[in-house]
Amino acid sequence: MGKKIGNAINRIGIPTFAVGALLLVLLIAAGALGQSIPTLISDILKRIGMNGVLVLAMLPAIKSGVGPNFALPIGIEGGLMAMIICMQFDFEGWGLIGAATLLCILFCSILGFLYGKLMNAVKGAEMTIATYSGFSMCAFFNILWLAIPFSNRKMGWMLGNGLRETIDMKKFGAKNIISDFLAFKIGKVTIPVGMILTLALLCFITWLFFQTKTGMAIYAGGQNPRFAEASGLNINRNRIIANVFSTILAGLGIILYSQGYGYTQLYNGPMNMAFPAVAAVLVGGATASKASIPNVLIGVCLFQGLMTTGMPVMNQIFTGTDLSDIMRIIIQNGVILYALTKVKSGGDR
Amino acid sequence: MNDGILEFINVGKEYSGHAVLKGINMDVRPGEIHALIGENGAGKSTLMNILFGMPVIHETGGFTGEVRVGGQNAKIMNPHDAMEQGIGMVHQEFMLIPGFSITENIKINREITRETLMSKFFGQRMELLDHKKMAGDARKALDIMGMDIEEYTKVEGLPVGHMQFVEIAREIDKTGIRFLVFDEPTAVLTESETEHLLDAIRKLAAQGIGIIFISHRLDEIIRVSDRVTILRDGEWVATEETKNITAAEIARLMVGRALTLDRTEGSRQISGEEILRVENLRVNMPGEEVKGVDLSVRKGEILGIGGLAGQGKLGIANGLMGMYPVKGKVTFKGEPLDVANNSETLKKGIAFLSEDRKGVGLLLSSPIDLNIAFSAMEVHGKFIKKVGPLSLTDRKEIRENAEKMAKELDIRCTSVAQNAGALSGGNQQKVCVGRALCLDPDLLLVSEPTRGIDIGAKKLILDLLKSLAEERGMTIVMTSSELAELRSICDRVLIICEGKVAGELSPTDSDEVYGLMMSGVSKEEAMKASGAVQGDSLQKGGAVNG
Repeated sequence: MGKKIGNAINRIGIPTFAVGALLLVLLIAAGALGQSIPTLISDILKRIGMNGVLVLAMLPAIKSGVGPNFALPIGIEGGLMAMIICMQFDFEGWGLIGAATLLCILFCSILGFLYGKLMNAVKGAEMTIATYSGFSMCAFFNILWLAIPFSNRKMGWMLGNGLRETIDMKKFGAKNIISDFLAFKIGKVTIPVGMILTLALLCFITWLFFQTKTGMAIYAGGQNPRFAEASGLNINRNRIIANVFSTILAGLGIILYSQGYGYTQLYNGPMNMAFPAVAAVLVGGATASKASIPNVLIGVCLFQGLMTTGMPVMNQIFTGTDLSDIMRIIIQNGVILYALTKVKSGGDR
Repeated sequence: MNDGILEFINVGKEYSGHAVLKGINMDVRPGEIHALIGENGAGKSTLMNILFGMPVIHETGGFTGEVRVGGQNAKIMNPHDAMEQGIGMVHQEFMLIPGFSITENIKINREITRETLMSKFFGQRMELLDHKKMAGDARKALDIMGMDIEEYTKVEGLPVGHMQFVEIAREIDKTGIRFLVFDEPTAVLTESETEHLLDAIRKLAAQGIGIIFISHRLDEIIRVSDRVTILRDGEWVATEETKNITAAEIARLMVGRALTLDRTEGSRQISGEEILRVENLRVNMPGEEVKGVDLSVRKGEILGIGGLAGQGKLGIANGLMGMYPVKGKVTFKGEPLDVANNSETLKKGIAFLSEDRKGVGLLLSSPIDLNIAFSAMEVHGKFIKKVGPLSLTDRKEIRENAEKMAKELDIRCTSVAQNAGALSGGNQQKVCVGRALCLDPDLLLVSEPTRGIDIGAKKLILDLLKSLAEERGMTIVMTSSELAELRSICDRVLIICEGKVAGELSPTDSDEVYGLMMSGVSKEEAMKASGAVQGDSLQKGGAVNG
């Protein structure tokens, strides 16, 4: 019996199981403490919608053998730049979202291509170098936010030049524009249909991509580069394609995130956004070399569920402390650490 | 009588139920040069690992039998015990520190020190190195080998041959060294260095050190050794006084097999047409370097490529598939072929079964059907359906194709959706064959097709290859370390030695000729020597009769 349970846990994966169990405990505790469960579930759904695409961005990178995309900030900065430029020209509402999406795909393709080149040059040490290239890219964009003469007063400081740290999406009529699209309520629970549809659509596109000849080649190159090479594939090119894809998803992800959050966060905002996304996909049962759409979806539900539920529950139990954030950091980094110990050998050869 | 003698008594070793050594008896007397010879996998390394108490032996359940030194069970459980017993080894890879002088390398961790004022108070760690004495010892060791190089020269930049001597000097400088093992010491040396080394070995023996000399170069063995022991497939075959045996006889004993694969003449259609021509092929494959190979393959034949490990036979097929940096002129079906671009090679109809089945041949954690379809899908665009602008994989077709292949090739699996990693070696190889067949090649390069496959399945794989040639008219180039295998299905066999083609043999040539050619003897000499064996035995027969 004990053995059976052990096997079951192993099949689900220890992080998935542990986080799942913790989430369950917290939800029960929340109910017992008299928290409003419908509000909590509405929050969880919203955060799943906001973060889902950022987690999905891990998939192409992992499948191609590069490993989790720790350089998520690169794509995020591309997405932010697209939004800021569209805001500069006073696009509003759906126009802003649409224009930013197109521009984001352009920017992120270029950034992803360059990043892919870098990843091919550092095979075997992708994860570390990706982390730091993400950080460096943030610093570089910090300069751009200050140096490029954006002139739209809605984005500037009260005094002086440069962009503000957070820009209110409400001023551009884009706050919650996707979240509220077709949204409806079941009892007190709000279902953010627009965001869930967007996430579903992007998941479908990703899935479809990996059914194509190119997608299959990328997958094989990630699984066994020597095998792919023997089949006459250009692995480096495929890795670049995967990184471009991942970077574009990151850019689209931040657009979706920002409208849900109501603000675009510039400067060091994107710096640490890779870690929750990496942790989420790993919690979902992915490894540094294998991932699937279900891993992404399960992961984002569990991880964001935990984050959302943890905060009010912890704050109520331990009043006046910041325990929920400490817990977030422990779980997030703990899961990443656990997953990294499972990496057999980085890259190929 | 057995004072100071080293004996292996009935030594055996199993790795997870698979016997690699069976009942080996061998002894080495002081002052004797005892050669140990056998093909790859004959058990030489395992025997030496046992002698040195290497962890790989004791972690896998130890060995049976006894190793005795001077008539007593030596109980060697780790390399340190072996050193205590006075057994040393000259390694193939040099274990020297480049930035140190020769003396320092020889004396490392056995430095001679002298007392100083400081050491009187702070103990031995504060003693100074006695460079003079150390240099004297080093000089002595170098002199034994007749090496006139200065002992304070840095090892860095020494020629390979000299490094080998420093390594030997370190061993003989150890006090109480009684037995010394040389593992392929001449593999990396030039001819004159080899000469020098053999002299040194003789000198060491003359000082009463027992020497085990492992080499695959028969001429060296004949020249230097007193006795020779031949192993084959983990079994003891013979121990002979070297003066009573010829190189040809050693070769025959080394190669000859009790268990042979029967050769059946096939009904192949070999046309005179040349399908592949390779000129001056150079492949930089680590450990299997090819240094200028010319060969020609006729349409419809099965060409065998044989030779000892490390001589470059595996490099040929890998080079043709662009798996390693490659140079040379290759003509396929009358057109020049750019072998560095392997997607073109595959498109033009050459397929490859790698010797590294798990590393290169398969996607272990993907289903069988995908493994079979993959190459054809990527190379020829098979199993693809167009949906609008997208070219999607056709799962249904992939599945059906795999089921057809599984039936045709008799792949034993519960379903083609099973992961390839779950299959046995033989079945994995069949999956690889299936993948190659989907490419519909005209020329199939096969490397070590039966490596890691049990004996029953071996025959199946070989029969399969033969039927491909006979029924589909496929041309096959098969590379293998197992001569019996090559000789059972090939039409011609090329022997590769030191990165070049040593010569071409017919599958029906004798064991002696094969053995001699693999150890670098030219074909004419090999033929002559093997002829001499027959002559010898006739003479002996005559003498007995007389």
